[in-house]
Amino acid sequence: MSYLAFLSEHGPTMLLGTVMTIKVLICATLLYVIISVIFGLMRVSKNPIIQGVATGYIEFFRGTSLLVQLFWFYYVLPFFGISLEAFTAGVVAIGMNFGAYGAEIVRGGILAVPKGQWEGAFALNFTPAKRMRKIIIPQIFPIILPPAANLTVELLKATALVALVTVVDLTFEAKQINSITWLSAQCFGTALLIYYIISRFFLVPFLRWLEVLAARKVGKDKI
Amino acid sequence: MNAEWRWDFTFEILPKMLWATLNTIMAAGIGYAIAMVVGLIFLLGQRTPFRVINMINREIVEFIRSTPLLIQLFFVYFVLPQFGITLSAWVCGMITIGLHFGTYLSEVYRGALEGVPKTQWEACRALNFSTIYTYRKIVLPQAFPIAIPGMGNYLVGIFKDTPLLSTIGVAELFHAATAVGGYHYRYLEPYTIVGLIFLTLSIPAAMWIRKIEKDVNLAQGKIKKEKV
Repeated sequence: MSYLAFLSEHGPTMLLGTVMTIKVLICATLLYVIISVIFGLMRVSKNPIIQGVATGYIEFFRGTSLLVQLFWFYYVLPFFGISLEAFTAGVVAIGMNFGAYGAEIVRGGILAVPKGQWEGAFALNFTPAKRMRKIIIPQIFPIILPPAANLTVELLKATALVALVTVVDLTFEAKQINSITWLSAQCFGTALLIYYIISRFFLVPFLRWLEVLAARKVGKDKI
Repeated sequence: MNAEWRWDFTFEILPKMLWATLNTIMAAGIGYAIAMVVGLIFLLGQRTPFRVINMINREIVEFIRSTPLLIQLFFVYFVLPQFGITLSAWVCGMITIGLHFGTYLSEVYRGALEGVPKTQWEACRALNFSTIYTYRKIVLPQAFPIAIPGMGNYLVGIFKDTPLLSTIGVAELFHAATAVGGYHYRYLEPYTIVGLIFLTLSIPAAMWIRKIEKDVNLAQGKIKKEKV
């Protein structure tokens, strides 16, 4: 069977899988951004309890493997009466795992804003909320976006793991087609190519655009 | 299914799991050794003066870095036999992990080499040192400390990615947990034990790396201080 025949027969199935992969990517990215911000802020808190909780969370999720967490969410949580759907379990596991990495990036970003900016805002009698919103956060974005972009590309790769808890994504479809046709080179090669195209031509340019936008907002056109 | 933790079951499966942990550590070690060598090869490809090789090298690295390790594993495991090369799951796993993380390590090496100030190279040129002597005595001793944190992080990274090997049937920790869980139809204890073993191994490793990083920074700071 030629490659074109393979594509015309199994291409639509793979595209369906790709849509699911992108769904997982978007949901998990939203979740991980929210978690990173919350735990990043908790991590710089002066309250030792809040800081301790955040540190514990981060160490726990960075210390164990994502696959183990995924399987734990999917196979062990039902023991405690919490049955998650495969899709939910996948998104939650990936989001929480990457949230732990993201929290460290957010923490680094907050600490990297020069102290003079904090003091200036304080001297001008800004309220804490206004100080964060108007002074600190706009300056954090250009600092944290490049490492966050790397992390998001890693997240795209990590979405492949949800296939192992039976989410019907690109990897799952590739595996299925492989087990029917035994055309391994074609189906896994196509899957690799699709991941590469998503990352190289969609995800990375989008993230670069965000970086430029954030840099321009604080008057740095360096990128 | 009840949520009660069963200690008798825990102690029954624990020895098996600990044995499998040895396999996990071995896989991580071998994979890392291969990755270090592969990283060097990619680094060479990056630094050769031929532009074509540079570009090809760059594309290969980009491709490997932006595709999932899981599918790469499947690709190597299922496709090589079609070309008459039949390798065991272990060998396939090690090759794939070595290739995947080799691309990351090549970036670490590159960053470390570029982290050595340019004036060092110029001074060596001025003193008429040979290229080999420059690398051996001047550049590499300075580049190595810069590379340590990145290299350490990827060692822990490989360790945490070894469970993926279970998908192609390498008998490591996660594979053992799935097997035991399937046999007794109880996943609570096996998967929790796997998580705990990973925690107890990777947190000290991360702390150790942080300590080395700090020592290296201190040592470098000291050198600077003496010079001033």
